[in-house]
Amino acid sequence: MISCDEATAICDKNQYGEASLSEKISLSFHLLICKYCKKYTKQNNLMSQLFGKYLTPCDGSEKLSDEAKEELKKKLEKEIKNN
Amino acid sequence: MSDSIKHTLNPDKWIDLYADYLYNYAITRVDGQDLAKDLVQETFFSGIKGKDNFRGQAAERTWLVSILKRKIIDHYRKINSAKGQKEVRMNFYDEGEKKGSWIEEMVPQSWGNDAEREIENTELKDALEGCIQNLPEKYRIVFMLKTVQNYETEEICNELGITSSNLWVIIHRARVQLRNCMEENWFKN
Repeated sequence: MISCDEATAICDKNQYGEASLSEKISLSFHLLICKYCKKYTKQNNLMSQLFGKYLTPCDGSEKLSDEAKEELKKKLEKEIKNN
Repeated sequence: MSDSIKHTLNPDKWIDLYADYLYNYAITRVDGQDLAKDLVQETFFSGIKGKDNFRGQAAERTWLVSILKRKIIDHYRKINSAKGQKEVRMNFYDEGEKKGSWIEEMVPQSWGNDAEREIENTELKDALEGCIQNLPEKYRIVFMLKTVQNYETEEICNELGITSSNLWVIIHRARVQLRNCMEENWFKN
């Protein structure tokens, strides 16, 4: 029988659809006898919903400020001269 | 692409052409704008120092990205091995008879019947972001890459120089801590 630590680890992996069949079977057996991990699993699904709803990926539109670029240019010019 | 095309390096144009691209690349993989900026700068410096190694087979940008990738891995290795860094809270006994079982005070509590409805709440977003900020950097990075940026496991492992079992341990610990943090700050009855 797997431990709670292992069971919840499989549950986490399963949130990304990457748990193997044998892992999923071990997890189901564990959940039959463990109310804490059962609760964890239910709450974990809700956590995944939250992540999907409230955490947004970077869209690649971040920009370095013009000042930062100017500063970088100066440093780079010096570096080019020295090499 | 024809064989006759040989790429050249024009470092004086790098900032205008690639600074934003590299910055975006870095900022999704490391923690914080300043660090991302530093890594971009180091990438350009290394590019200049190593310009004689440029064979002209790859495009200039691809070549610079490959330098940046190595910088990110180096950074990640550094924080991974740093001593005295923030660690996640222990949720399971890690030795003895109870090894792998929930530590009593960390056991999941009931969240109440409204938990599912309550997710429609903007204050919840702040609570969640607070909990994520509380994660140690290495956990936060891997968690965000996998969960928010939806990177393939293999890609994260390659980029950060970790194995997939490392990755799943990190994801597990991050998620257990996030659940616990949200319970304390939001869902607890």
